[in-house]
Amino acid sequence: MEQRILVVLPHPDDEAFGLSGTLAQLIDQGAYVTYACLTLGEMARNMGTPPFASRVTLPQIRRKELEESCAAIGIQDLRMLGFHDKTIEFEDKVLLDEHINALIEEVRPTLVVTFYPGYSVHPDHDATGEAVVRTVGRLPKAERPPVYCMAFSRNHEQAIGKPDISFDVRNYLKNKMDSIKAHRSQFQAGEILGDKDHTDTELLERFGTERFWTYKFD
Amino acid sequence: MIQPIQPAEIQRRLDSLKDQDVYIHLEMTTGAYAAHMDASKHPAATFITNAVIQYSHGSISGNGPFRVGLKMNHGWVYSEGLTHYVESEPERLILAGHDQQGKLVVSLQLSREPF
Ligand SMILES: [Zn+2]
Repeated sequence: MEQRILVVLPHPDDEAFGLSGTLAQLIDQGAYVTYACLTLGEMARNMGTPPFASRVTLPQIRRKELEESCAAIGIQDLRMLGFHDKTIEFEDKVLLDEHINALIEEVRPTLVVTFYPGYSVHPDHDATGEAVVRTVGRLPKAERPPVYCMAFSRNHEQAIGKPDISFDVRNYLKNKMDSIKAHRSQFQAGEILGDKDHTDTELLERFGTERFWTYKFD
Repeated sequence: MIQPIQPAEIQRRLDSLKDQDVYIHLEMTTGAYAAHMDASKHPAATFITNAVIQYSHGSISGNGPFRVGLKMNHGWVYSEGLTHYVESEPERLILAGHDQQGKLVVSLQLSREPF
């Protein structure tokens, strides 16, 4: 059966470091990906180096960067949901869950990917993961797709153990580097990647594996 | 009385001030002497006082320092780094964030009457 993957993350660039290689690989194997990005990251402090974005232009710049990143990964269906950066934890939970539930009903995903609630550092990340887990948790048990979570808070492994899912994405490092480079207002790719290419052994070592925790309901 | 923030009490006050015109004071400052003490610091300060807003959802979150978000018709009020509140003024909400030396870094105040 063809995989249908629903990705729910709050910021453009959340996909770049932890997930882009996995998505590129699964898409190559026939998956169809819908990526719901809740905000445009319009409150980011990085405005390019030297600054080329203003508070007014940043949302449109980041929208373009996100589209470019998704093209590099091969994502077929990008949705920008229009919530405001930094406000997900304060949003009306009914409204948030309705949006996510509508996507689940439309996409009927075989896999959902989000942040691990409570272990993902930024309040928007945690609140997004919470909303996804809350909404998927309301589905009858037999209909729940697996939810893969990204986590990176300090000491998270003490609380949630080791990731149970791991993807070797070395063959998709080119896609991943292009995804990272697309977010040029946020990352200085030169500092992160140097002038190395996707065959470089150090980059393959650093970026070649992506890990996830399958969320355990009840 | 300035007290460390009790989230449940702040949430009660946020709920009691929603869906009506309220005066807001919102401020953030790194201090006028920040750059004098440490040349690598970029001094910045900003405030808006006695603007009138209305919000439909207001909540406090975090484990301290705390964050508050107010959802308005056409936008948001957001404040991060809040540590203390004035307990003895139940009609108003007076929140502030103080650094380790006790200096004020951020403040968020809401009231039915101007400040
Ligand atoms: Zn993010």
